[in-house]
Amino acid sequence: MIQLEQDILSKNNGYASENRRHFADHGILALNLVSSPGSGKTSLLVRTIQEIGGDLACNVIEGDQQTSADAERIRETGAPAIQINTGKGCHLDAHMVGHAVEHLSPADGGVLFIENVGNLVCPASFDLGEAHKVAILSVTEGEDKPLKYPDMFAASDLVLVNKTDLLPHLDFDIEAAIANARKVNPAIRVLKVSARTGEGMGAWIAWIKAARAMALAGHETLKAGE
Amino acid sequence: MHEMAICESILGILKDQAAKQQFSRVQRVCLEIGPLSGVEIDALRFGFDVVMKDSLAEGAVLEIDETQAQAWCMPCGGTVPLKQRFDPCPNCGSHQLQVTAGEEMRIKELEVD
Repeated sequence: MIQLEQDILSKNNGYASENRRHFADHGILALNLVSSPGSGKTSLLVRTIQEIGGDLACNVIEGDQQTSADAERIRETGAPAIQINTGKGCHLDAHMVGHAVEHLSPADGGVLFIENVGNLVCPASFDLGEAHKVAILSVTEGEDKPLKYPDMFAASDLVLVNKTDLLPHLDFDIEAAIANARKVNPAIRVLKVSARTGEGMGAWIAWIKAARAMALAGHETLKAGE
Repeated sequence: MHEMAICESILGILKDQAAKQQFSRVQRVCLEIGPLSGVEIDALRFGFDVVMKDSLAEGAVLEIDETQAQAWCMPCGGTVPLKQRFDPCPNCGSHQLQVTAGEEMRIKELEVD
């Protein structure tokens, strides 16, 4: 009999720690974007990169089961992007992200967006070494989604409620959706955005810049050189 | 459905340990799984047999110790039991809860030859 007491995901967590150390050493803000399929993650990311403009260096890791269509959409904005196809896998893991970072070599002091596979279940369990998980919930989904997929909302620091331009056409109760997210995670922040009209994008960009300032703590040279 | 990936992680740990601790067969694997870990026990059992096939743990017995979830309720200032993440405090109804147990996903022990 061997006593082990080892976390099943310890291997992934080890790779995640290496990624986190790399991001800290290079003053990179890594954000792990998680959502259901069809929440508008890629459109939101395209708009985000456009609005950030030249203010910050943006790099993107795109995770999908198949195709490199999303990475191509991102590259059209001018931001370097790398596609990871997970094949049968339902989530990105820290080892895949570590390899992608090696190939992409994102700029020091910049932002690395990791667009996870569209799935509100599995990506919750896999730490990638990110500073924050950001959940995207679109108003065309049910307001009970945070209760149906509580692990993801518990693991996220911020929820972006996307496609708010569609609210007049829907019965979606946005305040109920936010209340549900807070039942699962009382500390979660919420921003309402529309990647289509640009509503709320200013607050989201401000959040990114504030988080990036935190990632730069201890990097006086990078801050001075921006 | 990431139970397959979890089973593959378990197999990876078994292989690492076999090299480190000099064993060649695993007869029994004891896990500790919390109700808030996101693991579906039935899917895990199914995946375990599939993933362990043709490995050092083929046919191994899987024992799962399901732990209880607990949280610290801030208004009550005490530990309370929890069934699911969004449950309110059973005493005061608040959602200001900090989960303190129930997220376990650990290999506790192995029986090996």
